[in-house]
Amino acid sequence: MRPLPVGEHGLLIELDSAEKVEALHAELLRRAADGALPPLREIVPAARTVLLDGLADPRGLLAELAAWDIPPLTAGDRPAVEIPVRYDGPDLLDVAALWDCTADEVVRRHCATEFHVAFCGFAPGFGYLTGLPEPLHVPRRDTPRTKVPVGSVALAGPYTGVYPRSSPGGWQLIGTTDTVLWDPRREPAALLTPGTRVRFVPQETAR
Amino acid sequence: MTDRAFSVVRAGALTTVQDLGRPGHAHLGVPRAGALDEPAHRLANRLVGNPGSAAALETTLTGCAVRVRTATTVAVTGAPCPVTVDGRPAPWGAPVHVPAGAVLDAGPATHGLRSHLAFAGGIDTEPVLGSRAADLLSGLGPDPLTEGAVLPLGAPYGPAATADAVPHPGPVTELLLPFLPGPRDAWFTAAGLHTLATGRFRVSPASNRIGLRTEGPPLERARTGELPSEGMPLGALQVPPDGLPVLFLHDHPTTGGYPVIGVVPERYLAPAAQAAPGTPVRFLRMR
Repeated sequence: MRPLPVGEHGLLIELDSAEKVEALHAELLRRAADGALPPLREIVPAARTVLLDGLADPRGLLAELAAWDIPPLTAGDRPAVEIPVRYDGPDLLDVAALWDCTADEVVRRHCATEFHVAFCGFAPGFGYLTGLPEPLHVPRRDTPRTKVPVGSVALAGPYTGVYPRSSPGGWQLIGTTDTVLWDPRREPAALLTPGTRVRFVPQETAR
Repeated sequence: MTDRAFSVVRAGALTTVQDLGRPGHAHLGVPRAGALDEPAHRLANRLVGNPGSAAALETTLTGCAVRVRTATTVAVTGAPCPVTVDGRPAPWGAPVHVPAGAVLDAGPATHGLRSHLAFAGGIDTEPVLGSRAADLLSGLGPDPLTEGAVLPLGAPYGPAATADAVPHPGPVTELLLPFLPGPRDAWFTAAGLHTLATGRFRVSPASNRIGLRTEGPPLERARTGELPSEGMPLGALQVPPDGLPVLFLHDHPTTGGYPVIGVVPERYLAPAAQAAPGTPVRFLRMR
Protein backbone atom coordinates (compact mmCIF):
# COMPACT_ATOMS: atom_id res chain seq x y z
CA MET A 1 0.00 0.00 0.00
CA ARG A 2 1.61 3.25 -1.17
CA PRO A 3 -0.10 6.51 -0.16
CA LEU A 4 0.56 9.63 -2.23
CA PRO A 5 -0.37 13.20 -1.27
CA VAL A 6 -3.15 14.91 -3.26
CA GLY A 7 -3.37 18.62 -2.42
CA GLU A 8 -4.19 19.70 1.11
CA HIS A 9 -7.11 17.38 1.78
CA GLY A 10 -6.53 14.25 -0.28
CA LEU A 11 -4.73 10.91 -0.30
CA LEU A 12 -4.27 8.62 -3.28
CA ILE A 13 -3.60 5.09 -2.10
CA GLU A 14 -1.85 2.94 -4.68
CA LEU A 15 -2.10 -0.84 -4.48
CA ASP A 16 -0.50 -3.78 -6.29
CA SER A 17 -3.62 -5.23 -7.87
CA ALA A 18 -7.23 -4.52 -8.75
CA GLU A 19 -8.28 -7.09 -6.12
CA LYS A 20 -6.44 -5.17 -3.37
CA VAL A 21 -8.08 -1.93 -4.56
CA GLU A 22 -11.49 -3.54 -4.22
CA ALA A 23 -10.70 -5.01 -0.81
CA LEU A 24 -9.50 -1.62 0.49
CA HIS A 25 -12.53 0.11 -1.03
CA ALA A 26 -14.89 -2.38 0.64
CA GLU A 27 -13.08 -1.86 3.95
CA LEU A 28 -13.35 1.93 3.60
CA LEU A 29 -17.11 1.65 2.95
CA ARG A 30 -17.52 -0.67 5.95
CA ARG A 31 -15.68 1.76 8.20
CA ALA A 32 -17.59 4.74 6.79
CA ALA A 33 -20.90 2.95 7.48
CA ASP A 34 -19.76 2.23 11.06
CA GLY A 35 -18.84 5.88 11.57
CA ALA A 36 -15.22 4.81 12.04
CA LEU A 37 -13.79 7.03 9.29
CA PRO A 38 -13.15 10.76 9.65
CA PRO A 39 -15.59 12.88 7.61
CA LEU A 40 -14.64 13.04 3.93
CA ARG A 41 -16.24 14.09 0.65
CA GLU A 42 -15.30 11.39 -1.85
CA ILE A 43 -13.99 7.82 -1.94
CA VAL A 44 -13.08 7.08 -5.57
CA PRO A 45 -11.82 3.59 -6.44
CA ALA A 46 -10.04 3.23 -9.79
CA ALA A 47 -7.82 0.69 -11.57
CA ARG A 48 -4.91 0.59 -9.07
CA THR A 49 -5.78 3.37 -6.62
CA VAL A 50 -8.37 4.69 -4.20
CA LEU A 51 -8.67 8.48 -3.88
CA LEU A 52 -9.84 9.86 -0.54
CA ASP A 53 -10.77 13.53 -0.89
CA GLY A 54 -12.05 16.19 1.47
CA LEU A 55 -10.21 14.97 4.59
CA ALA A 56 -9.50 17.54 7.30
CA ASP A 57 -6.30 15.70 8.29
CA PRO A 58 -4.99 13.34 5.59
CA ARG A 59 -1.77 12.73 7.54
CA GLY A 60 -3.71 11.50 10.56
CA LEU A 61 -5.59 8.92 8.48
CA LEU A 62 -2.36 7.94 6.77
CA ALA A 63 -0.84 6.94 10.10
CA GLU A 64 -3.94 4.88 10.93
CA LEU A 65 -4.17 3.15 7.55
CA ALA A 66 -0.85 1.37 7.96
CA ALA A 67 -2.24 -0.52 10.97
CA TRP A 68 -5.46 -1.66 9.29
CA ASP A 69 -6.16 -5.31 8.77
CA ILE A 70 -7.92 -5.49 5.40
CA PRO A 71 -9.78 -8.76 4.83
CA PRO A 72 -9.68 -10.14 1.27
CA LEU A 73 -12.82 -9.59 -0.76
CA THR A 74 -15.60 -12.15 -0.46
CA ALA A 75 -18.28 -12.66 -3.09
CA GLY A 76 -20.92 -10.99 -0.89
CA ASP A 77 -24.53 -12.03 -0.38
CA ARG A 78 -26.11 -9.66 -2.85
CA PRO A 79 -27.31 -11.43 -6.01
CA ALA A 80 -25.66 -10.49 -9.30
CA VAL A 81 -27.39 -7.89 -11.47
CA GLU A 82 -28.51 -9.57 -14.71
CA ILE A 83 -28.23 -7.58 -17.93
CA PRO A 84 -30.01 -9.05 -20.98
CA VAL A 85 -27.98 -8.45 -24.15
CA ARG A 86 -28.64 -8.77 -27.88
CA TYR A 87 -25.22 -9.79 -29.21
CA ASP A 88 -25.55 -7.73 -32.40
CA GLY A 89 -22.59 -5.31 -32.02
CA PRO A 90 -20.66 -4.22 -35.14
CA ASP A 91 -17.37 -5.47 -33.65
CA LEU A 92 -18.56 -8.95 -32.63
CA LEU A 93 -16.71 -10.66 -35.52
CA ASP A 94 -13.54 -8.65 -34.84
CA VAL A 95 -13.62 -9.80 -31.22
CA ALA A 96 -14.21 -13.39 -32.42
CA ALA A 97 -11.08 -13.05 -34.58
CA LEU A 98 -9.07 -11.65 -31.63
CA TRP A 99 -10.29 -14.48 -29.41
CA ASP A 100 -9.75 -16.99 -32.24
CA CYS A 101 -13.24 -18.43 -31.97
CA THR A 102 -16.73 -18.12 -33.48
CA ALA A 103 -19.20 -15.32 -32.72
CA ASP A 104 -21.40 -17.83 -30.85
CA GLU A 105 -18.41 -18.76 -28.71
CA VAL A 106 -17.81 -15.05 -27.89
CA VAL A 107 -21.39 -14.87 -26.63
CA ARG A 108 -20.99 -18.07 -24.63
CA ARG A 109 -17.74 -16.94 -22.99
CA HIS A 110 -19.06 -13.43 -22.23
CA CYS A 111 -22.21 -14.83 -20.62
CA ALA A 112 -20.29 -17.48 -18.68
CA THR A 113 -18.11 -14.84 -17.01
CA GLU A 114 -19.03 -13.44 -13.63
CA PHE A 115 -18.14 -9.77 -13.77
CA HIS A 116 -18.06 -7.19 -11.07
CA VAL A 117 -17.78 -3.42 -11.05
CA ALA A 118 -14.17 -2.49 -10.29
CA PHE A 119 -14.84 1.25 -10.49
CA CYS A 120 -16.96 3.88 -12.25
CA GLY A 121 -16.14 6.97 -14.27
CA PHE A 122 -16.16 8.25 -17.87
CA ALA A 123 -19.89 9.04 -17.58
CA PRO A 124 -22.46 8.82 -14.78
CA GLY A 125 -23.50 5.18 -14.48
CA PHE A 126 -20.58 3.75 -16.50
CA GLY A 127 -18.95 0.88 -14.64
CA TYR A 128 -15.61 -0.73 -15.48
CA LEU A 129 -16.41 -4.45 -15.18
CA THR A 130 -13.60 -6.91 -14.58
CA GLY A 131 -13.72 -10.69 -14.77
CA LEU A 132 -12.53 -11.66 -18.27
CA PRO A 133 -9.30 -13.68 -18.07
CA GLU A 134 -6.22 -12.03 -19.53
CA PRO A 135 -6.12 -13.96 -22.85
CA LEU A 136 -9.51 -12.41 -23.66
CA HIS A 137 -8.42 -8.81 -23.14
CA VAL A 138 -8.77 -6.87 -26.42
CA PRO A 139 -7.28 -3.57 -27.64
CA ARG A 140 -9.36 -0.45 -28.22
CA ARG A 141 -10.27 0.30 -31.85
CA ASP A 142 -7.64 2.22 -33.83
CA THR A 143 -10.16 4.93 -34.66
CA PRO A 144 -12.70 5.77 -31.96
CA ARG A 145 -16.32 6.10 -33.08
CA THR A 146 -17.72 9.61 -32.83
CA LYS A 147 -21.03 8.18 -31.63
CA VAL A 148 -21.56 4.96 -29.71
CA PRO A 149 -25.29 4.23 -29.25
CA VAL A 150 -26.79 4.16 -25.75
CA GLY A 151 -26.91 0.64 -24.28
CA SER A 152 -23.88 -0.62 -26.26
CA VAL A 153 -22.08 -3.49 -24.52
CA ALA A 154 -18.37 -3.14 -25.20
CA LEU A 155 -14.90 -4.51 -24.45
CA ALA A 156 -11.52 -2.81 -24.03
CA GLY A 157 -8.39 -4.03 -22.26
CA PRO A 158 -9.36 -5.94 -19.11
CA TYR A 159 -12.79 -4.30 -19.02
CA THR A 160 -16.36 -4.76 -20.18
CA GLY A 161 -18.70 -1.75 -20.04
CA VAL A 162 -22.18 -0.62 -21.01
CA TYR A 163 -22.60 2.91 -22.39
CA PRO A 164 -25.25 4.64 -20.22
CA ARG A 165 -25.76 7.29 -22.89
CA SER A 166 -24.67 7.96 -26.44
CA SER A 167 -21.10 9.28 -26.54
CA PRO A 168 -17.85 9.01 -28.50
CA GLY A 169 -15.86 5.88 -27.71
CA GLY A 170 -13.16 3.51 -28.90
CA TRP A 171 -14.27 0.26 -27.26
CA GLN A 172 -15.19 -2.89 -29.26
CA LEU A 173 -18.99 -3.10 -29.47
CA ILE A 174 -20.36 -6.63 -29.13
CA GLY A 175 -24.00 -6.09 -28.22
CA THR A 176 -26.87 -3.92 -27.05
CA THR A 177 -29.05 -3.83 -23.95
CA ASP A 178 -32.28 -2.03 -23.06
CA THR A 179 -31.37 -2.05 -19.36
CA VAL A 180 -31.30 1.49 -17.95
CA LEU A 181 -27.86 2.03 -16.42
CA TRP A 182 -28.47 5.54 -15.11
CA ASP A 183 -31.69 7.20 -13.98
CA PRO A 184 -31.33 10.18 -11.62
CA ARG A 185 -34.97 9.69 -10.54
CA ARG A 186 -34.17 6.18 -9.35
CA GLU A 187 -32.57 5.34 -5.99
CA PRO A 188 -29.77 4.52 -6.49
CA ALA A 189 -29.39 6.42 -9.78
CA ALA A 190 -26.60 4.12 -10.98
CA LEU A 191 -27.46 0.43 -11.53
CA LEU A 192 -23.75 -0.44 -11.36
CA THR A 193 -21.86 0.77 -8.30
CA PRO A 194 -18.34 -0.33 -7.32
CA GLY A 195 -18.41 -3.93 -6.09
CA THR A 196 -21.70 -4.92 -7.79
CA ARG A 197 -21.62 -8.38 -9.38
CA VAL A 198 -22.92 -8.57 -12.96
CA ARG A 199 -23.98 -11.32 -15.36
CA PHE A 200 -24.87 -10.87 -19.02
CA VAL A 201 -27.75 -12.97 -20.32
CA PRO A 202 -28.18 -13.58 -24.06
CA GLN A 203 -31.41 -12.33 -25.58
CA GLU A 204 -32.80 -13.56 -28.89
CA THR A 205 -31.99 -11.19 -31.74
CA ALA A 206 -34.98 -10.34 -33.92
CA ARG A 207 -33.90 -11.08 -37.45
CA MET B 1 -46.40 27.55 -14.42
CA THR B 2 -46.71 30.22 -11.79
CA ASP B 3 -45.80 33.85 -12.34
CA ARG B 4 -42.62 33.30 -10.39
CA ALA B 5 -40.42 32.72 -13.41
CA PHE B 6 -38.29 34.48 -15.97
CA SER B 7 -37.87 34.03 -19.71
CA VAL B 8 -34.55 34.23 -21.52
CA VAL B 9 -34.30 37.24 -23.87
CA ARG B 10 -30.57 36.92 -24.66
CA ALA B 11 -28.81 33.71 -23.67
CA GLY B 12 -25.25 34.99 -24.20
CA ALA B 13 -22.26 32.85 -25.18
CA LEU B 14 -22.85 30.28 -22.42
CA THR B 15 -25.15 30.84 -19.47
CA THR B 16 -25.84 27.97 -17.06
CA VAL B 17 -27.80 27.38 -13.87
CA GLN B 18 -25.36 26.74 -11.00
CA ASP B 19 -25.45 26.19 -7.26
CA LEU B 20 -22.77 24.72 -5.00
CA GLY B 21 -22.72 21.50 -7.05
CA ARG B 22 -23.18 17.80 -6.25
CA PRO B 23 -20.03 16.61 -4.44
CA GLY B 24 -19.91 13.07 -3.07
CA HIS B 25 -20.84 11.15 -6.24
CA ALA B 26 -17.44 10.84 -7.94
CA HIS B 27 -17.44 7.07 -7.35
CA LEU B 28 -20.45 6.91 -9.72
CA GLY B 29 -18.64 8.98 -12.36
CA VAL B 30 -20.56 12.17 -11.49
CA PRO B 31 -18.54 15.42 -11.57
CA ARG B 32 -19.03 17.99 -8.84
CA ALA B 33 -20.22 20.88 -11.08
CA GLY B 34 -21.39 24.10 -9.34
CA ALA B 35 -20.51 27.81 -9.60
CA LEU B 36 -16.90 28.33 -10.71
CA ASP B 37 -16.57 31.64 -8.85
CA GLU B 38 -18.06 30.41 -5.60
CA PRO B 39 -17.45 33.59 -3.55
CA ALA B 40 -19.23 35.64 -6.24
CA HIS B 41 -22.10 33.13 -6.33
CA ARG B 42 -22.53 33.24 -2.55
CA LEU B 43 -22.37 37.04 -2.52
CA ALA B 44 -25.03 37.41 -5.25
CA ASN B 45 -27.32 35.11 -3.25
CA ARG B 46 -26.68 37.00 -0.02
CA LEU B 47 -27.53 40.32 -1.70
CA VAL B 48 -31.02 39.05 -2.60
CA GLY B 49 -31.66 37.32 0.73
CA ASN B 50 -30.98 33.74 -0.43
CA PRO B 51 -28.84 31.09 1.27
CA GLY B 52 -25.51 30.62 -0.53
CA SER B 53 -26.72 27.25 -1.80
CA ALA B 54 -29.56 28.71 -3.93
CA ALA B 55 -29.31 28.25 -7.70
CA ALA B 56 -28.30 31.28 -9.79
CA LEU B 57 -27.03 31.99 -13.31
CA GLU B 58 -23.40 31.91 -14.38
CA THR B 59 -22.65 33.79 -17.63
CA THR B 60 -19.58 33.61 -19.85
CA LEU B 61 -18.02 36.79 -21.28
CA THR B 62 -21.10 38.24 -23.02
CA GLY B 63 -23.61 38.22 -20.13
CA CYS B 64 -27.32 37.54 -20.66
CA ALA B 65 -30.75 39.18 -20.44
CA VAL B 66 -33.96 37.90 -18.87
CA ARG B 67 -37.56 39.17 -18.58
CA VAL B 68 -39.10 38.55 -15.15
CA ARG B 69 -42.81 37.71 -14.94
CA THR B 70 -43.22 39.12 -11.46
CA ALA B 71 -41.41 41.88 -9.56
CA THR B 72 -38.12 40.38 -8.36
CA THR B 73 -34.91 41.41 -6.66
CA VAL B 74 -31.79 40.50 -8.64
CA ALA B 75 -28.06 40.96 -7.93
CA VAL B 76 -25.15 40.64 -10.37
CA THR B 77 -21.64 39.83 -9.08
CA GLY B 78 -18.48 38.14 -10.39
CA ALA B 79 -17.13 39.69 -13.57
CA PRO B 80 -18.10 43.40 -13.53
CA CYS B 81 -20.47 44.34 -16.35
CA PRO B 82 -22.98 47.06 -17.25
CA VAL B 83 -26.38 46.20 -15.69
CA THR B 84 -29.63 47.68 -17.04
CA VAL B 85 -33.34 47.33 -16.25
CA ASP B 86 -35.45 48.05 -19.37
CA GLY B 87 -32.42 49.91 -20.73
CA ARG B 88 -31.89 52.13 -17.68
CA PRO B 89 -28.54 51.74 -15.83
CA ALA B 90 -28.66 49.80 -12.56
CA PRO B 91 -25.87 48.92 -10.10
CA TRP B 92 -23.58 45.90 -10.34
CA GLY B 93 -22.86 44.21 -6.98
CA ALA B 94 -26.07 45.43 -5.30
CA PRO B 95 -29.72 44.33 -5.01
CA VAL B 96 -31.70 45.63 -8.01
CA HIS B 97 -35.50 45.82 -8.05
CA VAL B 98 -36.85 44.56 -11.37
CA PRO B 99 -40.57 45.30 -11.96
CA ALA B 100 -42.88 42.64 -13.41
CA GLY B 101 -42.36 42.36 -17.18
CA ALA B 102 -39.09 44.30 -17.20
CA VAL B 103 -35.88 43.07 -18.82
CA LEU B 104 -32.76 42.78 -16.69
CA ASP B 105 -29.64 42.81 -18.88
CA ALA B 106 -26.18 41.90 -17.59
CA GLY B 107 -23.91 43.12 -20.39
CA PRO B 108 -20.52 41.87 -21.58
CA ALA B 109 -17.87 41.57 -18.86
CA THR B 110 -15.70 44.69 -18.73
CA HIS B 111 -13.03 42.46 -17.23
CA GLY B 112 -13.05 38.90 -15.99
CA LEU B 113 -15.16 36.23 -17.65
CA ARG B 114 -18.13 35.04 -15.61
CA SER B 115 -20.91 37.07 -13.99
CA HIS B 116 -23.26 35.52 -11.43
CA LEU B 117 -26.96 36.55 -11.35
CA ALA B 118 -29.01 35.65 -8.29
CA PHE B 119 -32.80 36.06 -8.09
CA ALA B 120 -34.71 36.36 -4.79
CA GLY B 121 -36.00 32.84 -4.08
CA GLY B 122 -33.41 31.19 -6.33
CA ILE B 123 -33.94 29.30 -9.58
CA ASP B 124 -36.32 26.44 -8.86
CA THR B 125 -35.55 23.83 -11.52
CA GLU B 126 -35.73 20.12 -10.67
CA PRO B 127 -32.71 19.02 -8.60
CA VAL B 128 -30.65 16.02 -9.79
CA LEU B 129 -28.85 14.17 -6.97
CA GLY B 130 -29.57 17.09 -4.67
CA SER B 131 -28.26 19.85 -6.94
CA ARG B 132 -29.61 22.13 -9.68
CA ALA B 133 -26.15 22.69 -11.19
CA ALA B 134 -25.66 22.20 -14.92
CA ASP B 135 -22.82 19.74 -15.47
CA LEU B 136 -21.54 20.20 -19.01
CA LEU B 137 -19.31 17.11 -19.03
CA SER B 138 -21.99 14.55 -18.29
CA GLY B 139 -25.09 16.53 -19.19
CA LEU B 140 -26.77 16.48 -15.75
CA GLY B 141 -28.91 19.38 -14.58
CA PRO B 142 -30.61 22.07 -16.71
CA ASP B 143 -29.42 22.67 -20.27
CA PRO B 144 -27.48 25.87 -20.92
CA LEU B 145 -29.89 28.78 -21.44
CA THR B 146 -31.47 29.28 -24.86
CA GLU B 147 -33.53 32.23 -26.03
CA GLY B 148 -37.20 31.85 -25.12
CA ALA B 149 -36.57 29.28 -22.37
CA VAL B 150 -38.59 29.84 -19.18
CA LEU B 151 -37.10 29.05 -15.76
CA PRO B 152 -39.10 28.92 -12.51
CA LEU B 153 -38.17 30.91 -9.41
CA GLY B 154 -38.73 29.88 -5.80
CA ALA B 155 -40.53 31.92 -3.15
CA PRO B 156 -38.30 34.67 -1.70
CA TYR B 157 -36.57 33.62 1.52
CA GLY B 158 -36.81 36.96 3.27
CA PRO B 159 -35.62 40.52 3.07
CA ALA B 160 -32.53 41.13 0.97
CA ALA B 161 -29.29 41.74 2.82
CA THR B 162 -28.17 45.31 2.87
CA ALA B 163 -24.59 46.01 1.97
CA ASP B 164 -22.83 49.31 1.48
CA ALA B 165 -19.69 47.74 0.05
CA VAL B 166 -19.00 44.47 -1.74
CA PRO B 167 -15.65 42.84 -2.35
CA HIS B 168 -14.49 43.75 -5.84
CA PRO B 169 -12.01 41.24 -7.23
CA GLY B 170 -10.41 43.75 -9.63
CA PRO B 171 -9.14 42.83 -13.07
CA VAL B 172 -7.23 39.56 -13.28
CA THR B 173 -4.08 40.74 -15.05
CA GLU B 174 -2.08 37.67 -14.04
CA LEU B 175 -3.46 34.40 -12.70
CA LEU B 176 -1.37 33.07 -9.80
CA LEU B 177 -1.95 29.40 -9.02
CA PRO B 178 -0.22 28.04 -5.89
CA PHE B 179 0.10 24.24 -6.08
CA LEU B 180 1.17 21.32 -3.92
CA PRO B 181 3.22 18.72 -5.86
CA GLY B 182 1.79 15.21 -6.25
CA PRO B 183 0.43 12.64 -6.58
CA ARG B 184 2.39 11.98 -9.81
CA ASP B 185 5.15 14.61 -9.73
CA ALA B 186 7.65 11.70 -9.87
CA TRP B 187 6.57 11.20 -13.51
CA PHE B 188 8.36 14.46 -14.36
CA THR B 189 12.05 15.39 -14.40
CA ALA B 190 13.46 18.01 -12.02
CA ALA B 191 13.65 20.25 -15.09
CA GLY B 192 9.96 19.59 -15.79
CA LEU B 193 8.98 20.62 -12.25
CA HIS B 194 11.22 23.66 -12.52
CA THR B 195 9.50 24.64 -15.78
CA LEU B 196 6.11 24.45 -14.06
CA ALA B 197 7.25 26.59 -11.13
CA THR B 198 9.07 29.23 -13.20
CA GLY B 199 7.65 29.14 -16.74
CA ARG B 200 5.40 31.80 -18.23
CA PHE B 201 2.10 30.27 -19.25
CA ARG B 202 -1.13 31.82 -20.50
CA VAL B 203 -4.79 30.78 -20.54
CA SER B 204 -5.67 28.90 -23.74
CA PRO B 205 -8.85 29.77 -25.64
CA ALA B 206 -9.71 26.04 -25.46
CA SER B 207 -10.54 26.46 -21.74
CA ASN B 208 -14.02 25.74 -20.41
CA ARG B 209 -15.85 24.68 -17.23
CA ILE B 210 -14.11 21.30 -17.39
CA GLY B 211 -10.57 22.59 -17.45
CA LEU B 212 -8.45 25.70 -17.77
CA ARG B 213 -5.97 24.77 -20.49
CA THR B 214 -2.64 26.52 -20.70
CA GLU B 215 -0.16 27.43 -23.42
CA GLY B 216 3.54 27.70 -22.61
CA PRO B 217 6.72 25.66 -22.27
CA PRO B 218 5.98 21.90 -22.20
CA LEU B 219 6.93 20.01 -19.02
CA GLU B 220 9.57 17.31 -19.44
CA ARG B 221 8.51 13.81 -18.39
CA ALA B 222 10.76 11.35 -16.55
CA ARG B 223 8.50 8.43 -17.44
CA THR B 224 6.66 7.62 -20.62
CA GLY B 225 3.82 5.18 -21.00
CA GLU B 226 0.32 5.12 -19.66
CA LEU B 227 -1.03 5.55 -16.19
CA PRO B 228 -4.11 3.48 -15.30
CA SER B 229 -7.26 5.55 -14.61
CA GLU B 230 -7.26 7.16 -11.18
CA GLY B 231 -9.45 9.53 -9.20
CA MET B 232 -8.81 13.24 -9.66
CA PRO B 233 -9.68 16.05 -7.24
CA LEU B 234 -10.90 19.54 -8.10
CA GLY B 235 -7.82 21.69 -8.82
CA ALA B 236 -5.76 18.80 -10.24
CA LEU B 237 -3.03 19.86 -12.70
CA GLN B 238 -3.13 17.06 -15.24
CA VAL B 239 -0.42 16.94 -17.88
CA PRO B 240 -1.33 15.22 -21.18
CA PRO B 241 1.41 14.03 -23.58
CA ASP B 242 1.79 17.54 -25.10
CA GLY B 243 3.32 18.59 -21.74
CA LEU B 244 0.94 21.52 -21.13
CA PRO B 245 -0.85 21.52 -17.75
CA VAL B 246 -4.67 21.50 -17.61
CA LEU B 247 -6.19 22.84 -14.39
CA PHE B 248 -9.32 20.80 -13.68
CA LEU B 249 -12.35 22.91 -12.75
CA HIS B 250 -15.80 21.94 -11.43
CA ASP B 251 -17.05 19.90 -14.43
CA HIS B 252 -13.84 17.79 -14.55
CA PRO B 253 -14.03 14.03 -15.07
CA THR B 254 -13.79 11.93 -11.91
CA THR B 255 -10.97 9.71 -13.17
CA GLY B 256 -8.21 10.28 -15.71
CA GLY B 257 -5.28 8.49 -17.28
CA TYR B 258 -2.59 11.20 -17.44
CA PRO B 259 -0.30 12.10 -14.55
CA VAL B 260 -1.37 14.82 -12.10
CA ILE B 261 1.78 16.81 -11.30
CA GLY B 262 0.21 18.91 -8.54
CA VAL B 263 -3.03 20.16 -7.01
CA VAL B 264 -4.17 23.78 -6.66
CA PRO B 265 -6.08 24.15 -3.35
CA GLU B 266 -9.74 25.04 -3.81
CA ARG B 267 -9.42 28.44 -2.18
CA TYR B 268 -7.25 29.62 -5.09
CA LEU B 269 -9.63 28.50 -7.83
CA ALA B 270 -12.15 31.39 -7.97
CA PRO B 271 -9.68 33.67 -9.83
CA ALA B 272 -9.25 30.90 -12.43
CA ALA B 273 -12.98 31.29 -13.19
CA GLN B 274 -12.34 34.90 -14.16
CA ALA B 275 -9.16 34.46 -16.24
CA ALA B 276 -9.92 35.20 -19.91
CA PRO B 277 -8.00 33.50 -22.75
CA GLY B 278 -4.54 35.05 -23.08
CA THR B 279 -4.26 35.94 -19.37
CA PRO B 280 -0.70 35.21 -18.14
CA VAL B 281 -0.53 32.29 -15.67
CA ARG B 282 2.14 31.53 -13.10
CA PHE B 283 2.24 28.38 -10.99
CA LEU B 284 3.75 28.83 -7.52
CA ARG B 285 5.13 25.78 -5.75
CA MET B 286 3.85 25.81 -2.15
CA ARG B 287 6.52 23.48 -0.74
